[in-house]
Amino acid sequence: MCLAIPFKLLSIEGNRGWVEIGATKREVNLILLPDAKVGDYVLVHAGFAISKVEEKEAEELLQILSTIS
Amino acid sequence: MKYVFEFRNQNLTRAIARKISQVAEKIGREVRLMEVCGTHAMAILKFGIKELLPPNVKLVSGPGCPVCVTPDEYIDLACTYARDGFLVATFGDMMRVPGSNTSLIREKSKGRKIKVVYSPMDALELARSLPMERVVFLGIGFETTAPGVAASISAAEEMGIKNFMVLCGHKLIPPAMRVLVEDPRVRIDGFLCPGHVSAIIGSRPYEFLVKNYGIPCVVAGFEPVDILQSINLLLSQISSKKIKVENEYTRVVTPDGNLKAKQLMEKVFNISDSQWRGIGVIKDSGLIISDKYSLWDIQARFPVKVSSSPEDRGCRCGEVLQGLIEPEDCALFGDPCNPYNPFGPCMVSTEGACNIHYRFGHKEDKIEAGN
Repeated sequence: MCLAIPFKLLSIEGNRGWVEIGATKREVNLILLPDAKVGDYVLVHAGFAISKVEEKEAEELLQILSTIS
Repeated sequence: MKYVFEFRNQNLTRAIARKISQVAEKIGREVRLMEVCGTHAMAILKFGIKELLPPNVKLVSGPGCPVCVTPDEYIDLACTYARDGFLVATFGDMMRVPGSNTSLIREKSKGRKIKVVYSPMDALELARSLPMERVVFLGIGFETTAPGVAASISAAEEMGIKNFMVLCGHKLIPPAMRVLVEDPRVRIDGFLCPGHVSAIIGSRPYEFLVKNYGIPCVVAGFEPVDILQSINLLLSQISSKKIKVENEYTRVVTPDGNLKAKQLMEKVFNISDSQWRGIGVIKDSGLIISDKYSLWDIQARFPVKVSSSPEDRGCRCGEVLQGLIEPEDCALFGDPCNPYNPFGPCMVSTEGACNIHYRFGHKEDKIEAGN
């Protein structure tokens, strides 16, 4: 029920955004994420973008984890 | 898929699993970690996480499936509105949840107007495009889903759409976690905190679990690497006795969460006590629509009384969703209760513990049970 998938934001028009899912595009509502920008990866849940996925944080975590032997 | 496959890397999962075994051995006693969220429970069984853990680390499912904790009365209300001619719009997993003596799918088979939607905005669009219909959206879900429903109510107000209403059944996770740690029967040594609820509320709201109860908390993502690393962090806290709220899901969760989402929820909803199936009423654990938006609250506009008397058919979902028993401990599990003939909500919902255990199978138990 809390499933949310990261998709790339392709275009924005007011509160409406379009994300790329494989070969198709889907509309999402951006009202919960007013400062989303084209090119951002956003988590989509029940038609709403609820959070941005931070590239830097993802890279940092993977970097730390790679040191675990 | 970016941010998904990197966190399914098998070398990383093996390395973290080895570290978990080392720390678990140092602890040397049974450790019960609860994953509160149903989406975590699904990922744990789907990716075979339990098979990677040492025997003294137990993962227990919590009440984190909003469908499972929805009381019979809510289903009975929704079916009553359907019988009264409302067009009921709902998320798909609510369709088969048993009420006292009916379900939405049974009402739909009798010709009631019941439609599965993907988003509350789809329900609002239904109301806009069918002005003669009275549309009611079943507002179920935790803090991940509630902001979107608040946004659709707020949009209905701005657009002047009055034939759209919500039957509000939203619930809040932290109060339920408090009740679990206060129940001596539920022995929890650490919480895997729900990642997407936390994307909205942030990691701060779990601080009380550390301060008042000394329970380690780690906000976890949903991929195997995230879950294993979160277990690793929990075990390290237990072994070092340095108890805190840690955030593993840093790429999504911040201490304060999504401010815009929280503002919208505060604008449209008030906090109230709420009935949780199998647990009972939990103080300040639910949301109701505020007076300012009562025009979009179906219970304010069209109050209806239902007398819910769930017959006790031996279903022990109430104990399963508190982590008191495993689904396999319930006498109905598998036969007669299974996803095709569900007795209780935990078997109906695809994120219910019984459904997940039935579908993904719990290999450990099967090996021990010798079949």
